[in-house]
Amino acid sequence: MNFKDNHIISTRDLSREMIDHILDTAERMEPIARGEQRSDLLSGKILAILFFEPSTRTRMSFETAMLRLGGDVLNLGSIDASSIAKGETLADTVRVVDGYVDAIVLRHPKEGAALLASEFSGVPVLNAGDGAGHHPTQTLLDLYTIRRESQLDGLKIALAGDLKYGRTVHSLCYALSLYGAQITLISPKELRMPEEIVNDIAARGAVITESDSIEEAIADVDVLYMTRIQKERFPDPAEYRKVANKLKITMETLKNARPELKIMHPLPRVNEIDTEIDDTPHACYFKQAFYGVPVRMALLGLVLGAIE
Amino acid sequence: MVKETELRVRRIKNGTVIDHITAGRALNVLKILGLPDSSEGVVSVLINSHGKYGKKDVVKIENRELKVEEVDRIALIAPNATINIIRDFKVIQKKKVHIPSFVEGVVGCINPNCISNSNEPITSKFKVSTEDTDIKLRCSYCGRVISENIAEHLL
Repeated sequence: MNFKDNHIISTRDLSREMIDHILDTAERMEPIARGEQRSDLLSGKILAILFFEPSTRTRMSFETAMLRLGGDVLNLGSIDASSIAKGETLADTVRVVDGYVDAIVLRHPKEGAALLASEFSGVPVLNAGDGAGHHPTQTLLDLYTIRRESQLDGLKIALAGDLKYGRTVHSLCYALSLYGAQITLISPKELRMPEEIVNDIAARGAVITESDSIEEAIADVDVLYMTRIQKERFPDPAEYRKVANKLKITMETLKNARPELKIMHPLPRVNEIDTEIDDTPHACYFKQAFYGVPVRMALLGLVLGAIE
Repeated sequence: MVKETELRVRRIKNGTVIDHITAGRALNVLKILGLPDSSEGVVSVLINSHGKYGKKDVVKIENRELKVEEVDRIALIAPNATINIIRDFKVIQKKKVHIPSFVEGVVGCINPNCISNSNEPITSKFKVSTEDTDIKLRCSYCGRVISENIAEHLL
């Protein structure tokens, strides 16, 4: 399978075979990601980090991945201090930067920005989140976490929180549909998964059910994927508090959970997972954050042609 | 005796007649085709004309034969339209419009946060699909779907 010079824009562009290949490659990268082995696989290669909005975790994860493979990183730095503040288009920025580097990682507040960048770039573009659109590397690391910590085939998963605006859960659902997952959607009615996406993923083979209670759904799932409910989505703070507290996981919430249940979260969390959970075998979110490194190492190695 | 409608919009010697346009959409059709700026001949428009199957609009364009693929874009807002190519007052070709699978630069995305609505050097792009008789446009950039009031989003 040849990923060389491919852009990574959306998980919807990836077949199950392609995803499996990326996850297999990530598994081989894990000892290097942990610092147990050294690698110069990407020695001499430079990765541009173009982040038009802040995301410390994703940025550091990409930087770590590149550095662990012996490559270098060039950071655009603060938008306020760059040519973008002078009104340069994204298309022009990309055309300039692609002359300096071997690959570009882009995060941008506008939906579709990564696809636009790929149209103007001569080097591979990796989408690190564009607006409420796609965040494929997050989805891949989520899948990798599920494969490592639970099981991808025959998976029963509950997604809880902001399913309306949460791009991570949208992309994850599309990818999980390739694996025939049974998906339970748990959210307040204001933040339900858009019908369009539910129809799309059902048409792709996933079994979808909806619930408004974590307690009801938890006994029957292998993975509970929490997302943060964003306060700013609610015009009335009282409404937010009502919903936020309803979807909080505590030890009490887990009393009917399977012993092997894994709890995931793209982080940062606010108060939706009680810190008491952190020390239980259910907590998987910090491992999940680490797994971003081998997954991004695999992607960089593949699109730069250092790995087949 | 000459009928009143023939007095209002005369027959054309050479050009294209777009018939059976959904009533009220003729001006949108002109917009899609860049008319009348892009035609040297007279462009005539009938709005709410009485046809066999109820009201319809008709557009007549003199001295310009529109290509089928050029006109297919109007299928987005008038899927029952027919194109008649006229030469020397005779209809030499009559075709129904076909819904294209892809359109570029015709419709603007409804998502204000879509990159296609910013100051970038790109044109809007949509994949077109049909479900029963409904037309759906999916933005190639942000994925947002337009399924209603497509005419309102014409560029």
